[in-house]
Amino acid sequence: MAVPAQAGGASLAGAPPVVEARGVSKSFAGVRVLDSVDLDVLPGEIHGLLGENGSGKSTFIKVLAGFHDPDPGSALRINGEDVPLPLPPGAFRDYGMSFVHQDLGLITSLSVLENLRIGTFSRARDWAIGWRRQRAEARSLFDEFSVDLDPTARVADLDGTQRALLAIVRAVHEMRTLRGSTRTGPGMLILDEPTVFLPETGRRQLFSLMREIAGGGAAVLFVSHDLDEVREITDRATIFRDGRLRATVETRSVSDTELVELIIGRELPEHGGEREDVAPTAADAAVVVEDLADERVASVSFALGEGEVLGMTGLLGSGFERIPYLLFGAFPAATGTLRTGDETLSLPAMDPVKAIAHRMALIPADRQNNGSVGSISVRDNAMLQIIDRYTTWRGLSRPQLARDCQETLDRFDVRPPIPGIAYQSLSGGNQQKVLLAKWLGADPRVLLLHEPTQGVDIGARAQIYEVVHDAARSGCAVLCASSDYEQLAAICDRVLIFDRGRVARELRGADITKDRIAHECYTLADRAVPAGPTEGEGDGR
Amino acid sequence: MTRTKNSEPVTDVDVASGRSAGGTVARSLAQRFSIVIALVVVIAVFGSLRPDTFLTTSTLQGILGSQAVLVVLTCALLIPLTAGDYDLSVAGVLMTSQMMIGVLNAQQGMNIWLVIVLCLVAGAVIGFLNGWFVLLFGVDPFIVTLGTGTILSGLVLWMGDSTTISGISTGLTNWVIVNRFLGVPLAFWYGLIITAGLWYFLEYTAAGRRLLFVGRGRAVSRLSGLRVTRIRWAALVASATLASLAGILYAGTTGAADPVSGEAFLLPTFAAAFLGSVCASRYSRRKEVRESGSL
Repeated sequence: MAVPAQAGGASLAGAPPVVEARGVSKSFAGVRVLDSVDLDVLPGEIHGLLGENGSGKSTFIKVLAGFHDPDPGSALRINGEDVPLPLPPGAFRDYGMSFVHQDLGLITSLSVLENLRIGTFSRARDWAIGWRRQRAEARSLFDEFSVDLDPTARVADLDGTQRALLAIVRAVHEMRTLRGSTRTGPGMLILDEPTVFLPETGRRQLFSLMREIAGGGAAVLFVSHDLDEVREITDRATIFRDGRLRATVETRSVSDTELVELIIGRELPEHGGEREDVAPTAADAAVVVEDLADERVASVSFALGEGEVLGMTGLLGSGFERIPYLLFGAFPAATGTLRTGDETLSLPAMDPVKAIAHRMALIPADRQNNGSVGSISVRDNAMLQIIDRYTTWRGLSRPQLARDCQETLDRFDVRPPIPGIAYQSLSGGNQQKVLLAKWLGADPRVLLLHEPTQGVDIGARAQIYEVVHDAARSGCAVLCASSDYEQLAAICDRVLIFDRGRVARELRGADITKDRIAHECYTLADRAVPAGPTEGEGDGR
Repeated sequence: MTRTKNSEPVTDVDVASGRSAGGTVARSLAQRFSIVIALVVVIAVFGSLRPDTFLTTSTLQGILGSQAVLVVLTCALLIPLTAGDYDLSVAGVLMTSQMMIGVLNAQQGMNIWLVIVLCLVAGAVIGFLNGWFVLLFGVDPFIVTLGTGTILSGLVLWMGDSTTISGISTGLTNWVIVNRFLGVPLAFWYGLIITAGLWYFLEYTAAGRRLLFVGRGRAVSRLSGLRVTRIRWAALVASATLASLAGILYAGTTGAADPVSGEAFLLPTFAAAFLGSVCASRYSRRKEVRESGSL
């Protein structure tokens, strides 16, 4: 158990909360995704925000950022003053709030100094920029927060930790300088999961920076999935579930079990860390992966049986989401082998051409950019993998192609079943069906899925599950990397749970329920032995 | 790349089946035939201003024959454009092959057919070098081909000693501009055949469809197992080879090789290619539209 740190300075006696939210709600098309949230964030505190995907925490933050207009009846006070709602976009700056999102928003081709001042340049009234003075100011700012950054370095040359530090210092700087002159107050920094891709040492640096900031009197709102981090760094934490605020707790006085129950909502049967015997015997497995590693995955080995649906999950940044791409050769692996049949393939030397030659198929999460070309017709997208079958001595047999495509669209129940329309005019679910049709048409033996039902409506979801089941029944080995626990519970025979780049747990049979998977993901964190994966090499993206 | 990205999913299918609302059909038809309409307007204006000289068969024959070079050069450019790469060296390649004919045939007296083969080989080599820099060194094709084009135009000045070389073998001029089929110079028919061939390649071969995928979605193509590098490279080689052929036609049309006029082809070629691909992304009758676009 991590030692609770002496975080933050004591809140300034008598000062009003930096942010008081009262009855903040938000509905989309009549569905309440945020339901009368009352939340106070005090000056000088580090306040954790916890909850599953879709629990409402990001909606809440987007209301603060002025990205979403809250429903009528919501009220917000900042530094004790009522604030008119909805906040215009960008107005958060005038109230002394500053956001750091996971992608950090840095321009990598520019220098540290230029990135630091990007927000102020746009508001500056000076004609010329006094670079010497700017550099000196930047150095003193970095000194103030004990951050070791060279203002003249190019951001592209920084590692992930340095980039995160820069983004946070920039946010603090903007919080101070861009605040409207009439407003007072300590300001609030909102950090939206800035640590997920950082190595352990990077987290330490980030946490000490956060403490410096809170020590200066500002409030820090820290969004995270990671219980350990929240316990280590925050003074108080607020837990969202299903759009409601469930509790705000003193972090030090609450147990892990209580936190997990608050996040996933049910008490779970105690499970002694029993581990079942290891998965399908390597002999009858369709695919055996050994010692797979890259910058975020550390020496993963597993076997995947014929006709098996193997799930992979974990918290964001735990590395599970990279596995399908590494197996397919979409990203280069550092080490690892893949054995299929009698052949042993080196994963660092893998590429999609080779993967397809070994009858592997990858259905990426980003359909629009990696799966299919939106501006090209459904027909061409669906038939791309097997187009050579239609080549005759006088070119493509377009009528045959059209007939087979029509038949495929009908079989996969793509709506509308018109081969000639542009792929991008289909809905998410239908796009996904076309993508499945495209790859299953090539009759793969190994099907790699990443978030296969992301952005897919309920009806299509069930159909996609059915397609995956059918593929497995016909002997295809399926690997599904997903953060949707319900989906994993619906389709998987086994689920591997990742933590810091390693397989930490394996669930089988009756253990595979949505709640159990969620519980395992969140409680993996008894990290008495932390040792993050391959230190240092995070590229920060 | 620069291809039109239709925000509204108006498609051939909608038009063909008359599924869309009336207004959309009318607008779509207007867009579809806009180039043809523009052509008719041009003919009407010049026809009424100069009916005696403009509205004659020789004018028509002249227009059709003289634009063949541009048509072929546009076809050359369309191949890498479809694969998502610019080729700004097409005009330079055209000038190079034209000047090779001038120097080797008119000055050195080498057999014209042998010179033509050499020109095509030279074109392929230039395309290969373009691909080398673009794909192995990862330099933006815009920059690489701009550089190649500049080097080539310098090379052309040096080769021809900055002068126009006349006296190209009549064998070539006969087969390009003098001989006629249906009253129109052969050059026009060459342009037509090459355009039709390109259209067939893009529409009716698996390789053509792959080229389109590579141009529209590099990541998708890579993850679909297409050999993206190889395809882009081949497109640049094909482009330069075809540009070389355009240079041969140019030499045959003028009967001489001059060291500068070829540069003037670059922008009209891009204009024609973009007009063509704007239309091509919407309509199935690419051939006619491109042809009239080049005109």
